[in-house]
Amino acid sequence: MNFQQLWRYQDQFVEGALITLALTLIAAVVGLAIGVAGAALLRGGAKPVRLAVRSYIEIFRNTPSLIQIFLIFFVLPAAGLKLPAFEAAAVALSFYFGAYAIEIVRAGLDSIPKSQVEAGQCLGLTRWEVFRHIVLPPALRNVYPAFTAQFVLLLLGTSLASQVAAGELFHAASFIESRTYRSFEVYAVVCAIYFAMVIAFKALFAVIGLAAFRWPIRR
Amino acid sequence: MALVEIRDVRKSFGQVEVLKGVSLDVKEGEIVTIIGRSGSGKSTLLRCINALETIDSGSITVEGQAVSAGMANLRQFRQRVGIVFQAFNLFPHLTVEKNITLAPLLTKKIGKAQARPLALDVLGRVGLADKIDAWPERLSGGQQQRVAIARCLAMAPHLMLFDEVTSALDPELVGEVLKVMEDMARQGMTMVLVTHEMGFARNVANKIVFMHQGKVWEEGPPAELFANPRTPELRSFINSVK
Amino acid sequence: MRSFGFIDLLSFVHALQWTVVLVLVALAFGGPLALLLATTRTSRFAPLRWLAAGLIQLIQGVPLLGLLFFFYFGMPVFLGIEVPALVAVGMAYTLYTAGFLGDIWRGGIEAVKPAQWEAGACLGLTTWQQFRHIIGPQALRMSLPPTVGFLVQLIKGTSLASIVGFVELARAGQVVSAATFQPLLAYGIVAAIYFALCLPLTLWSRTLEARLNGAR
Repeated sequence: MNFQQLWRYQDQFVEGALITLALTLIAAVVGLAIGVAGAALLRGGAKPVRLAVRSYIEIFRNTPSLIQIFLIFFVLPAAGLKLPAFEAAAVALSFYFGAYAIEIVRAGLDSIPKSQVEAGQCLGLTRWEVFRHIVLPPALRNVYPAFTAQFVLLLLGTSLASQVAAGELFHAASFIESRTYRSFEVYAVVCAIYFAMVIAFKALFAVIGLAAFRWPIRR
Repeated sequence: MALVEIRDVRKSFGQVEVLKGVSLDVKEGEIVTIIGRSGSGKSTLLRCINALETIDSGSITVEGQAVSAGMANLRQFRQRVGIVFQAFNLFPHLTVEKNITLAPLLTKKIGKAQARPLALDVLGRVGLADKIDAWPERLSGGQQQRVAIARCLAMAPHLMLFDEVTSALDPELVGEVLKVMEDMARQGMTMVLVTHEMGFARNVANKIVFMHQGKVWEEGPPAELFANPRTPELRSFINSVK
Repeated sequence: MRSFGFIDLLSFVHALQWTVVLVLVALAFGGPLALLLATTRTSRFAPLRWLAAGLIQLIQGVPLLGLLFFFYFGMPVFLGIEVPALVAVGMAYTLYTAGFLGDIWRGGIEAVKPAQWEAGACLGLTTWQQFRHIIGPQALRMSLPPTVGFLVQLIKGTSLASIVGFVELARAGQVVSAATFQPLLAYGIVAAIYFALCLPLTLWSRTLEARLNGAR
């Protein structure tokens, strides 16, 4: 075992990690937007729309993310839309995360009893005010653990983008591996970097959770 | 003209007709108590007054204004009609103060500076001024229900509806809530209550309405009604709750 | 270049067998390990608890792809010999399964009320008997929906074995796609096969979940 040689490739590791972070954050934000829109459509959409949203969820949740990335990267060009690797991976991961996000957002909204909405209406609040001030904060708290767990899975799942050469950590690793022939050492370091990022995000989420959700809850 | 006029109201849930032609008047300053067995339609009637349920036929007017879920100024209407629920329905993520001031801040556009004094004032009226910064979850059931009442009072309603507000409380906590309601009655608030508290109905109410099978079976002043029930249904009900 | 034909479908069926083998290996070895992790994670002996918690954190804190590479390239480093791909890949999926199922089952055990342990103790049962007859069955019932949910995650996860060259379904898709230049068809069929495997499990998990919530 020899890790010495890898020091020279610090920059590549760092750049790969930054691209991993970028992929994760883009997919999380876009996916969350899909989640909110999808959950709204499931609630209020017409029947064909609801069916379409449901199909989207099932298709993306029941096929491997890797195959989805391949399909978007290799197939879209045939339809005249040629996406660079990073963009294709970002699109694929966003849709993948979005399918889970819809279910999470919906579970959050469903977790608020109707009586809370009624109490808000009886105080003369508008639908938006009821949603914003009465439904949203407790709903967010209820799904916060599920959301953060899914975020961590997303962070780890961005590693699949390496298979279309999207430049993230594993792709950087394969480059370093090809230069050093230190396969095991390279991937051990990569695993350590992922682990450090996961721990950092978990700590960050815990702090945010403590700060944002201060009210006591019944057990 | 009465403050609330209910005329021949019918309401069904699916196949089940819950209200079968109910008519009732509530005058300003009057305390009306609706009693009856569960399933007699009491709570549904109360929820119809606040347009939480849509009536199938008949009419309800409050302060001369026809009530329906689709009415033009539903929100302004609801600000004038307070309702307190069996399950309190406080907002768990807001402190007592924020629970009370949320609606006045949003709908009445009171200034931030007026919010806390308003909360203190209404909390004082339910005897909980010292709990202004507490979380609802940290209060007893009786205290939560008093905060729920204070939250309504902050909207300065013209009419208050109470839907079995003591039914979810431990017996030793019922008294403190009833006392608050007695105080409100004494100060002239118009109140419609659905309750199982016969002592309160007897002593505080101006009018008792006995509902049975979706209809107003008997109504009248408490002394009269309790002493001389005219129908066997009311007689058996009074005997069963004694 | 050749066109997509019957032979390609056959290769998918053949590859599917290896996907199933991977899943079975992962469950056969990862399942018992998961049970061990779940019980040590809820053990009364704190250092054991921390060890199990650390292992679960570690396995859930690195990408599955990382686990695969780690064992694929690591076995020769540790053992000094080349091992068959199935062994290296099997190790990775075994640990992966142990980490996730161990955590799910830990949740199940903790969801059983402490009074149930006490009730067992009052009947004079040993700790193992309490677990075997009282806690275990209840924990299993509660963790069944997420367990089935993890099965879906595992089946999808086997597609990553293709990356270290193990020929399973996803790898067959790549090979066919490269040979026929028809990625849409090749990956489309592969996706459909995964979908057919996973959807029933997803629906089953949801039914179990609904039944569990209804029973409460």
